[in-house]
Amino acid sequence: MTLMDSFNNLDYSCAMENATQAHDWLAQQQSHFGHFVNGTWCRDEQAEQLPVINPATAQPLAHIELADASVVDAAVAAAQTALPAWQALGGMGRAKVLYALARGLQKHARLFAVLETLDNGKPIRESRDADVPLAIRHFYHHAGWAKLQAQELPDYQAVGVVGQIIPWNFPLLMLAWKIAPALAMGNTLVLKPAEQTPLTAMLFAHLCAQAGVPAGVVNIINGAGQTGALLAAHKGVDKVAFTGSTPVGKAIRQATAGQGKKLSLELGGKSAFIVFEDADLDAAVEGIVDAIWFNQGEVCCAGSRLLVQANIEQPLLTKLKQRMQNLTHGNPLDKSVDIGALVSQEQYQRVQDMVTSGLQAGGELYQIGRADVASNYYPPSLITDVQTSHPLVQEEIFGPVLVAMSFRTQAEAISLANNSHYGLAASIWSENINRALDVAPKIKTGVVWINSHNQFDAACGFGGVKESGYGREGGKEGLYEYLKPVYLQPQKALPGTTKQASTEPHSGIDHTLKFYLGGKQVRPDSGHSQAVYNAEGKVVDWIGAGNRKDIRNAVSAALKAAAWSATTGHLRAQILYYLAENFALRESEWVARLQIMTGQTAAQAQAEFATSLERLFTYAAWADKYDGQVHNVPYRGVTMALPEAKGVLALVTPEHNPLVSCVSILAAALAMGNRVVLVPSERYANLALDLVQILETSDVPAGVVNIVSGSRRDLATHLAGHAEVDAIWCWADADTIKQVEYTSAENLKTTWCHADYDRDWLCNQQGEGQEFLRQATEIKNIWTPYGD
Amino acid sequence: MTQQVSGAAVVALHDKQTLLRNPGVEFDTDCFAGIQVNRSATERRATSYGSRRSIKQEQQAAWLLKAITLIDLTTLSGDDTEARVRRLCAKAKHPLSQGLREQLAMGDWQISTAAVCVYHDMLTAAAQALAGSGVHLAAVSTGFPAGLSPLPLRLKEIEYSVADGADEIDIVISRRQVLQGNWRALYDEVKAMREACGEAHIKTILATGELGTLSNVAKASMVCMMAGADFIKTSTGKESTNATLPVSLTMVRAIRDYMSMTGYQVGFKPAGGVSDAKTALLYMTMIKEELGMRWLQPDLFRFGASSLLGDIERQLDHYVSGYYSAAYRHSLG
Repeated sequence: MTLMDSFNNLDYSCAMENATQAHDWLAQQQSHFGHFVNGTWCRDEQAEQLPVINPATAQPLAHIELADASVVDAAVAAAQTALPAWQALGGMGRAKVLYALARGLQKHARLFAVLETLDNGKPIRESRDADVPLAIRHFYHHAGWAKLQAQELPDYQAVGVVGQIIPWNFPLLMLAWKIAPALAMGNTLVLKPAEQTPLTAMLFAHLCAQAGVPAGVVNIINGAGQTGALLAAHKGVDKVAFTGSTPVGKAIRQATAGQGKKLSLELGGKSAFIVFEDADLDAAVEGIVDAIWFNQGEVCCAGSRLLVQANIEQPLLTKLKQRMQNLTHGNPLDKSVDIGALVSQEQYQRVQDMVTSGLQAGGELYQIGRADVASNYYPPSLITDVQTSHPLVQEEIFGPVLVAMSFRTQAEAISLANNSHYGLAASIWSENINRALDVAPKIKTGVVWINSHNQFDAACGFGGVKESGYGREGGKEGLYEYLKPVYLQPQKALPGTTKQASTEPHSGIDHTLKFYLGGKQVRPDSGHSQAVYNAEGKVVDWIGAGNRKDIRNAVSAALKAAAWSATTGHLRAQILYYLAENFALRESEWVARLQIMTGQTAAQAQAEFATSLERLFTYAAWADKYDGQVHNVPYRGVTMALPEAKGVLALVTPEHNPLVSCVSILAAALAMGNRVVLVPSERYANLALDLVQILETSDVPAGVVNIVSGSRRDLATHLAGHAEVDAIWCWADADTIKQVEYTSAENLKTTWCHADYDRDWLCNQQGEGQEFLRQATEIKNIWTPYGD
Repeated sequence: MTQQVSGAAVVALHDKQTLLRNPGVEFDTDCFAGIQVNRSATERRATSYGSRRSIKQEQQAAWLLKAITLIDLTTLSGDDTEARVRRLCAKAKHPLSQGLREQLAMGDWQISTAAVCVYHDMLTAAAQALAGSGVHLAAVSTGFPAGLSPLPLRLKEIEYSVADGADEIDIVISRRQVLQGNWRALYDEVKAMREACGEAHIKTILATGELGTLSNVAKASMVCMMAGADFIKTSTGKESTNATLPVSLTMVRAIRDYMSMTGYQVGFKPAGGVSDAKTALLYMTMIKEELGMRWLQPDLFRFGASSLLGDIERQLDHYVSGYYSAAYRHSLG
């Protein structure tokens, strides 16, 4: 090639990143990794091993040992032992360590980037410009949170030992998302990287020693799914944080049910990329490149469903196809490459099989270039002419494959976007701020990007709803995943009563307690009733014995009351105040009834009534004040963290202090805009049903509160399994909680479960406030870049 | 079902060496009224060219030689003299020293800049100096840089310049027509100027730094092309902000849209602000990515620059010697 040829062709250069240092480092480690436990490397040549393969070349890079139960035990034990000293180190001490980790990552940034590209197959441009800088930023940001913890989060403490399991698509970045907040808040941890991509975690383990992380605070063990399962279910682990596929997330939810563990799951997605007629189409086309061809589409929040307004569908697709022709692929170490290798042969096969079999259901495929199985290269693909029922529209492909559909109206765009099991992220493309900000809250996801896609930052929470999991990573909202309240004081359970056959004789007219469904008092579907006993063991009331159909009707009524979630905080406050007003009118009745039912003294009953009334005021006050945050994200724009109502919230209320606990829980849920299906404790169900008369007279719209009584365990289980229930709070016995948590895996609703008697409901610190508001809402982060 | 495309872009259909001059089209507000450019997204794309594509070593030398052939070597100063302009023309005809040419093993391969760009009064001297060289001669015109002299005088100025040997006329648009939304008036003015140019090619300077928004830049680009612009050009070099990548990307996308609408290819000229080799390569990468190879020819792309050539020489010197050069080692333009 002469200079003149080059002059005529104007080709780009192949600019290969030098991988010598990375290979040298692997050689220093004999290309073999055991586990980093208690600050030292443990190896067992007899252990089962797996090769680590460079997916772009099929060359083996190293071998890892697979941790068995004894290694997991040792790692968890090391984390437990290290916990007290790590917490005692304090915020400043931990901040210094996190700062050193950030600096250490920065000093070896290129080595981390090259190692990541060798291991994962992603273009060096992305590991260098996205993965590594974002990981560094995460440690810097959380060094700050460690310092501020004592001032900003005084009511919380570390959860304890955390088990963390991360995927192969962003190995180092996911490690940072897991480790930085856990350490900042004073937890110790055991992390398992994906067996396909363990290398940057191994390098990070070396960095931990240099950065002064005390032995046992960070333990990193290698292994595949079996090791992950051992870690998640380990009795010594207080919290599990998992990022990965939805099926594995469900399995972890089931395996940890009833273990009392905190759990955060960041799972799959099928995120919508919505282009309205008033969008900048060229901007949208580049957005699509960022959305689905970043990291070969192996991104949980990849914009894999393109929804285009019908009148611009053709011009957009024409521009997109033209743009696709310029996407380059090749050795991921080449800086000029847009698309690298899929992570493994297995993943390549999976993508190819899905597309091949999916196309049998119809659809037109537009692909640029040819697949190359030797380098696990799958070409950028666009599939058009598909409907919502098409498998490729419904299932997560986790590859560079985009499906496109059109919509007619804004309302239809929202329906299509929400027509998915998943709810991780979405982007909205429109130059009309009215439209963009109207649509954003209506999309059921944890993240919405306006006129951008795949934006991440440590200051902003990331995570999903529905079957995309729960919990947030990043931002202040992410810290709570690694914290528990300090103030809870478990109470002594009330002694049981000796139930007598005799009935308290009626002194007046018969008192009938029905269910409250859709604003109407309704008799139980079963036609059966069950007795409620007073403190002396006498039957005082007969309540309906609810069943699956009553729950179905209650949820369906709650669904119809969607306007409650959309109305203003001011209006909800007015109604809560009105409830308080009407509640107070019947003070003497409540006090008397509490005494009869619970055997409390008049003074105790009076206190419980007064606190209940106060709770209504508390949440009327909060209704228009729990207003989220604007995150300080380094870009020109506003990132709003909006607390949105969970939606339909199931409340299984405690028997402890039955009136105040029930009112507290109900009012918190209502204040944040949830529609509620309430199942009271069996022992005091009549008290909750007595509330119906107050609800009826206080302008609470029909369907906003629905109450069904009966077997707490059965009704709670029906609610936990109902896909239209978005979250469940449950105060109950261990068995019911286990059942609820296990069943919730059905649609991965959020659960907030407690032993009955877990707190003193009369104490304001324990019985009300932000802990409840946070559980009543889901943070949605809306990214709004601006500038004209 | 499967549609395989082997990289045959739409652009390739137009990959002919002889360019059909854009005659302009009827004024039609539908073609631009709805344009809205998203600044953040445009900026994001504009920052990606350098990190997504690499041009190194021999390729870099080749691209830089190409860049030289795309330069409108420019002097637009109040103290310009005939002697100064003759020196500039000499540099335009022979932009590289003999030594450098030998080190690059260019043999008898001659390159020159695309054009020399001057004020009207310097045309005669420049035309004499460039005679027979193949280097085009461009004049800035129409009350450059503000464009606020009477329209008949501005049109007359074009005729004067064409008569004095300019075969390219860089006109300035009336920014007020854009800022006041008088698109029809802008169209009519540019169309009249195009007519006044006759055979000479017309480059319409938008003075993007004074148009307020990228959306205005895109709309003004579209109106100028509809009125028959051969080139759309960013800046006079006299605004406080001259060519930037986001502005250029906006104009380049307008060129692409105009082509898919009409089939006519219109050239692009960033001016002011492209003063080093690295930036020039970013622009050329952007052109290749957005418009394709055909646009990296002097009939469709120019750099309006005075100091860029010096830096390119220094980079080429570095390419052949392995050491960084100094400006004083290269002849002044």
